[in-house]
Amino acid sequence: MARFVLTRLVQSLAALAILSVVVFVLARATGDPLHLILPMSASEEDYANARRYLGLDRPYVEQYLSFVGRALTGDFGTSLRARRPVGELIAQRLPNSLRLAAFAMTVSLLLAFPLGVLAAVWKGTGIDRAAQVIAVLGQSLPTFWVAIVLIEVVAGRLQWLPAGGIAGFASYILPGFTLGWFVVAGMMRLLRSGMLEVLDSEYVKLARVKGVVERRVVWVHALKNALIPVVTFAGIYFSILVTTAIVVETVFAWPGLGRLAYEAISSRDFPVIQAVVLTTAAIVAVVNLSVDCVYALIDPRIRYVR
Amino acid sequence: MTGESGGGAVAESLPAADARVRAGLRGGRRPVVSLSIIAVFVLAALFANVLSPADPDEQALRKRFTPPVWDASGTWQHALGTDRLGRDLLSRIIWGSRVSLTAGVLTVLLASAFGAGVGLVAGYHGGRVDTVLMRITDATMSFPVILLALILAVTVGPSFVNVVIAIAVILWARYARVIRGQVLTLMGLDFITQARIAGASASRIILRHLLPNTLNTLVVLITLQVGYVIIVEASLSFLGAGIPPPTPAWGSMIAEGRDFVTSAWWVSFFPGLAILLVVLAFNLLGDWLRDTLDPKLRQL
Repeated sequence: MARFVLTRLVQSLAALAILSVVVFVLARATGDPLHLILPMSASEEDYANARRYLGLDRPYVEQYLSFVGRALTGDFGTSLRARRPVGELIAQRLPNSLRLAAFAMTVSLLLAFPLGVLAAVWKGTGIDRAAQVIAVLGQSLPTFWVAIVLIEVVAGRLQWLPAGGIAGFASYILPGFTLGWFVVAGMMRLLRSGMLEVLDSEYVKLARVKGVVERRVVWVHALKNALIPVVTFAGIYFSILVTTAIVVETVFAWPGLGRLAYEAISSRDFPVIQAVVLTTAAIVAVVNLSVDCVYALIDPRIRYVR
Repeated sequence: MTGESGGGAVAESLPAADARVRAGLRGGRRPVVSLSIIAVFVLAALFANVLSPADPDEQALRKRFTPPVWDASGTWQHALGTDRLGRDLLSRIIWGSRVSLTAGVLTVLLASAFGAGVGLVAGYHGGRVDTVLMRITDATMSFPVILLALILAVTVGPSFVNVVIAIAVILWARYARVIRGQVLTLMGLDFITQARIAGASASRIILRHLLPNTLNTLVVLITLQVGYVIIVEASLSFLGAGIPPPTPAWGSMIAEGRDFVTSAWWVSFFPGLAILLVVLAFNLLGDWLRDTLDPKLRQL
């Protein structure tokens, strides 16, 4: 087990290292940021000074190495736009994003569980079809459109919930639902097929023969084993969630990493871009690593594969 | 494919799959609805110049925010109403289907060709080649698609080609992972060993023996991903990093109507409905294909 965890850890770090190079190159390619931060009247000399001050005149390799060295200590430089340490901006926005992601994940689980289990138990009936439609609909609706419709109807006309920003629990509901619904389909489908397989197995039949109440057979005996495939894909859902959050946070004016990324890219604030992409990737990597470990714990066979 | 002798699990599963396809085609549920929706939009995209009732870019400021035809002040001239600049929404949606469908199909084809290639090579060679290719695949998968596309859009400027490239550059990793997994199973089967003993070259084994056996999976994955790509493209156009105006793209149309939702809901509503219909159709078709071709692929 320790060996397995170690191998996966090294692999994740390697992936992050490759990513840091890509991000660095891409961020440099977004054009000269000085055009954005210096006033129109700036002279050649002002440009040279600013370039030297920000370290942009040094060779790329040197810039990259110093970037990595400082990034490892949590120092991502200074935002070109906000003129504040990038680490500070990230620290301020990250908790908001994590909370929204956690809330959205909870929403999608709360939807996927009953839908998946009911669809399997009532396979081929109207309930099954209705559950599948609800799930596929979420996957087929563009999140930003759902967001606009919800803001207009629930926040605007009905005035039930706030339209955006972050203020208390109520402000989580609309963005969390928009984001969560999008990933229900995959999870629900996994649960449904897992349940179908398990409900047909010998041990479930035995439980029924022994007279265990049907509700207990379904929700305890069967569900436990149908959960395993869901755990494997939890990492993938999470990364889809993180990506989609950029759009959802922008529409709901949510002060999170996604919105920060959008703002940073539109103002070519590349220290921020680098930091956001790397933080996001690191979070996805950590989640995937933990998922793999949990999976290896539940299902020992996986430790010896590869 | 069925000509392979001693194909073990694969050879056995093929007739079963054929039978399922035939059963699926004969009776049971057929993807009639999704196929018709897709057909309608494909026709709209192909014949946009004939079908659209008006010029999608023609502005008529006097007729701005004309409501849809069923509203008291609506007219048949603009069945779905007009936008902020008085442009006919129905025409813009018809022209927009060209953008969305081409982006979706083109991106997915590029990504699947490259990803399947990587997956085949990695699975066939194994060892160090496999390790390196799979690490790159993992690194790619951890990169948020929308972030990359946003960065590209500011770097090289937003354009149709950049959107396709940005999405394809990330999307191939899914294909590489899934196909490699399948190839690993196939490599353990007798018919590959026999092909090797018979002296078949690496490229022959990959193209003649491995690729055909992964085609079902590829078709399912491609269909399911078209819908996802259309959503990502629309999200990018919505954020202003996709297809630049005045080209009618559904995402940017929704963005244009966003500020007027309260007074003129139809400007944002109908393009969203178009996205929903197309993506839903592709998702349902993909689900059906998976159930008939390859039920073991639960989650793609």
